[in-house]
Amino acid sequence: MRIIVPLQGVVQGRGGLVLGSVIPCALFYFLQLYLKRNRTSPQPQTDDAAGESGEVGNEEGVGSGLQRTVSNRSLVLPRGSGGPAHVSIRGSLVAKAAGNGGDGVLEMGVDENKLSYDLVGDWLQENAMLWAEGWNMSGIATSQPSDGLMQLKVIIPQAVAGFMSEAVERAVSFNPSQIVLTSGASSAIEMLSFCLADPGNAFLVPSPYNPGFDRDVKWRTGVEIIPVPCRSADNFNVSITALDRAFNQAKKRGQKVRGVIISNPSNPVGNLITREGLLDLVDFARDKNIHIISNEIFAGSSYGGEEFVSFAELTESVDIDCDRVHIVYDLSNDLSLPGFRTGLIYSFNKHVVAAATKLTRFSSVSAPTQRILVSMLSDTKFIENYIKTNREKLRRATAMFVAVLQELGIQCMKSRGGFCCWVDMSCLIRSYSEKGELELGDKLLSIGKVNVTPGSLCHCIEPGWFRFCFAALSEDDFPVIMVRLRKVSETCKVCS
Amino acid sequence: MEDLNSKHHTFHGLRGWHSAGDGGGGAGGTMLTKSSRRKRADSRNAHRGGNIEQLHHQHRKMSFLDCETNHLLLSKIATSSRHGENSHYFDGWKAYDSDPYHPTENPNGVIQMGLAENQLCFELIKEWIMENPEASICTSEGVNDFRDVAIFQDYHGFSRFRNAIAKFMGRVRGDCVMFDPDRIVMSGGATGANETIMFCLADPGDAFLIPSPYYPGFDRDLGWRTGVQLIPVSCDSSNNFKITRDCLEAALKHAQKSNFNVKGLIMANPSNPLGTVMDRDTLVDTVAFVSERRIHLVCDEIYAATTFSSPAFVSVAEVVESSDRLKCNRDLIHIVYSLSKDMGLPGFRVGVIYSYNDAVVNTARRMSSFGLVSTQTQHMLAAMLSDDRFVDRFLVEVPKRLANRHQIFTEGIAKLGISCLKSNAGLFVWMDFRHLLEEPTLKGELSLWKLIIDDVKINVSPGSSFHCSEPGWFRVCFANMDDETMEVALRQIEAFVSEESDKENVVEKKRSWRRNLRLSLKSPRYEESILSTYVLP
Repeated sequence: MRIIVPLQGVVQGRGGLVLGSVIPCALFYFLQLYLKRNRTSPQPQTDDAAGESGEVGNEEGVGSGLQRTVSNRSLVLPRGSGGPAHVSIRGSLVAKAAGNGGDGVLEMGVDENKLSYDLVGDWLQENAMLWAEGWNMSGIATSQPSDGLMQLKVIIPQAVAGFMSEAVERAVSFNPSQIVLTSGASSAIEMLSFCLADPGNAFLVPSPYNPGFDRDVKWRTGVEIIPVPCRSADNFNVSITALDRAFNQAKKRGQKVRGVIISNPSNPVGNLITREGLLDLVDFARDKNIHIISNEIFAGSSYGGEEFVSFAELTESVDIDCDRVHIVYDLSNDLSLPGFRTGLIYSFNKHVVAAATKLTRFSSVSAPTQRILVSMLSDTKFIENYIKTNREKLRRATAMFVAVLQELGIQCMKSRGGFCCWVDMSCLIRSYSEKGELELGDKLLSIGKVNVTPGSLCHCIEPGWFRFCFAALSEDDFPVIMVRLRKVSETCKVCS
Repeated sequence: MEDLNSKHHTFHGLRGWHSAGDGGGGAGGTMLTKSSRRKRADSRNAHRGGNIEQLHHQHRKMSFLDCETNHLLLSKIATSSRHGENSHYFDGWKAYDSDPYHPTENPNGVIQMGLAENQLCFELIKEWIMENPEASICTSEGVNDFRDVAIFQDYHGFSRFRNAIAKFMGRVRGDCVMFDPDRIVMSGGATGANETIMFCLADPGDAFLIPSPYYPGFDRDLGWRTGVQLIPVSCDSSNNFKITRDCLEAALKHAQKSNFNVKGLIMANPSNPLGTVMDRDTLVDTVAFVSERRIHLVCDEIYAATTFSSPAFVSVAEVVESSDRLKCNRDLIHIVYSLSKDMGLPGFRVGVIYSYNDAVVNTARRMSSFGLVSTQTQHMLAAMLSDDRFVDRFLVEVPKRLANRHQIFTEGIAKLGISCLKSNAGLFVWMDFRHLLEEPTLKGELSLWKLIIDDVKINVSPGSSFHCSEPGWFRVCFANMDDETMEVALRQIEAFVSEESDKENVVEKKRSWRRNLRLSLKSPRYEESILSTYVLP
């Protein structure tokens, strides 16, 4: 009735003009919204398949269809065909053909470093026989501690310290008993999410962030992510004010925030967080009584000449509340061996270490792989040389890529770590919105044959940014990428 | 709009996430399931009716509040005890860890017979690796494959790895069934596989039926992080612990009456701890049961290749292939497999989910990124399992050696008048110590068990840790040691049993003495020593 009365008012000319026009508009808007909603959520394919097979149940009407029989998890969150580790499925099939001027798709959407694997390959070749002789079945096939072999844990600190600081004298010392090895950084992050938050709780994550977090932090745990937007105006640096605001807003909503997840070096931007920035974060966490998860999977790949400061180092030199700091590191990533799936949690909180150790039963690292890593990391000379060369290669690749962009007049953030470059292509998008950005991403793939990650997937609030993973290219690919990007940029300019 | 959507899909596979993340669908879903979980937890308490349970529940709530006020700030998962490591099964492990047997260095130590591990065929695998050094990629022959192996991180796994596993699974099942490599999802060991399938099939608070006695690790694997409740379906010695349609129906009815949302039935075939295989009729019956009741069936077949004598092992896959669609709804059948037991390679952490349901395959595959098998290991196993000559020999040798060991052990204890459940698979026997119990209760079983650990110096697992409804049964593993250790163990059992029967003869006097002894045996080391973190069998 409340709706109809003002409508009558309009018809009968008795005032209510404002209400009378607002309400139909609102109704129309809601209708549109409703239609849009209904159209944008097409029944997932899996449902159809399941529905067809559910004939028996339909007849009985007991548990009609599999939609109900299969857990909500698989149907409520039907995620696309994969995460950052696997978007290559389609891309990489053709990427192989790209090579030297081929016309396959260039895969720049996957965080991986293909620049230095030859170094590791050479090492394996030289030391192969050594390793094979030391092969001892009972040390490999039998049940091993699920949180990692002690031999590996003992040797990791030294190696990781090497990865984490360019200058040797500033070495970080790690305590092997605080290390928990996991199969890859994904499971390390998920494990921490399971340990630190209950379903419905939330983590603050400065955005843009690695889209993989949506899977690792949220999916199976039921934990939420509150993106804390960072802006290009302050170089996408984490701002404590924004964190504070997001925290208070969540608190008002009645949502419990259990921690902050930061990536250092940041992915996708490639920023490093300064020592002061880290200390501010620690203060913030102490103020709010929350945890800090520091994702340092690219620690060994900082090359900007600036100082990379790990939380591990910070806790050593400054007297801070360590119990709330948890570091995630990916050993296989920095060694150019992503397939080896060796990540680790380094936590100062003994309860977290204990819980995570129990959780590693679900995702521990294969023993033969650990053995190879033990012998590889024991070769300190090789590791030192590898770290140096790898940084050098990354530095060169990023310089080459930036040069390509500059020639095309495209701006990008200065990348100081990681395998990616955060590129501002807002000059090429037709409408300054997410839609425009996705259109450009589409063009990059269809016209330019380059697969990249659009910023909206990284939850960036400013449209037009793209993540280009330059480390996945070989040197020969740079001229190719130049030609292709130029093609795209010309098409865009013609269109507009 | 749909058109636009599909376009986005083509340029980036991540599209789906984004909408899921923004749509808030996840939030709604989890909130809903959370509240339903609370309701179920409460109803569970009501169902069991125990005050202690309720108190425990409240206590947990309290301790959680405490956590929030103090600096722990951990989740319920991290602070709860659902990981099950406080069970007696693990106590025995602690005893072993603090005083392990060694033939020369510690001949009086505890012999580990609680570890279901197949160490009888190690040298076969070692031999193969020595003959095929290129498979481990770490030799000059193998380094050519290095690039592919090191860089590859697709969650589908190498296709040659999946093909090899599918073929091997078929071989293990006597080539009666074919497995589709595209349905193979890998995960971190059977532990991870079991958890993943639970994540796919059930929400927190949902329930799964499980025939008891069952493997104690299931409490952790299936329920800890997923929040799934396990409802034991009691089987007992009256019909040799067989699963019957009637007891399944009764359990389901009872569970539904108590307001549990029963999502499925999970069972191990061959059974751990019984070492028996299910006959075809029972399997057909069970499949019919789940199809009629519209619940899932998860078959844990990780001991398939350890079947060493007749009756032959029948996989649920055979039943699925042979029965018609009306009687068997394929979408409800899922198989968990692993190489840890059959190949004796627990350190390799290779588990497999094989589901006939496309939705489950897809979801599980996405989840497998939390427990991917290292590509180096995939590469090596792909080569090993594709080697027909090796697999043929291996599948002949394993049953032969197990049968041999099984015979030595069962005959050894039969001489002492100890019987065990007739079994033909697995790496263990289900030993009947009922006649040695002082009283046929849980207390009686545990005191006998402590005696066995402390006096006989053997770590066996008491039936109560397997949720067995009858006291007096023990699981004894026989494949994780060499022949000499086996002899020592048998000798020690012999000494113990003869001492026990001596005591029986001089009844009254001794009994009081033994009670005193038992008191003094309450050593603090069970409580104190920290459980080392083994990947449990």
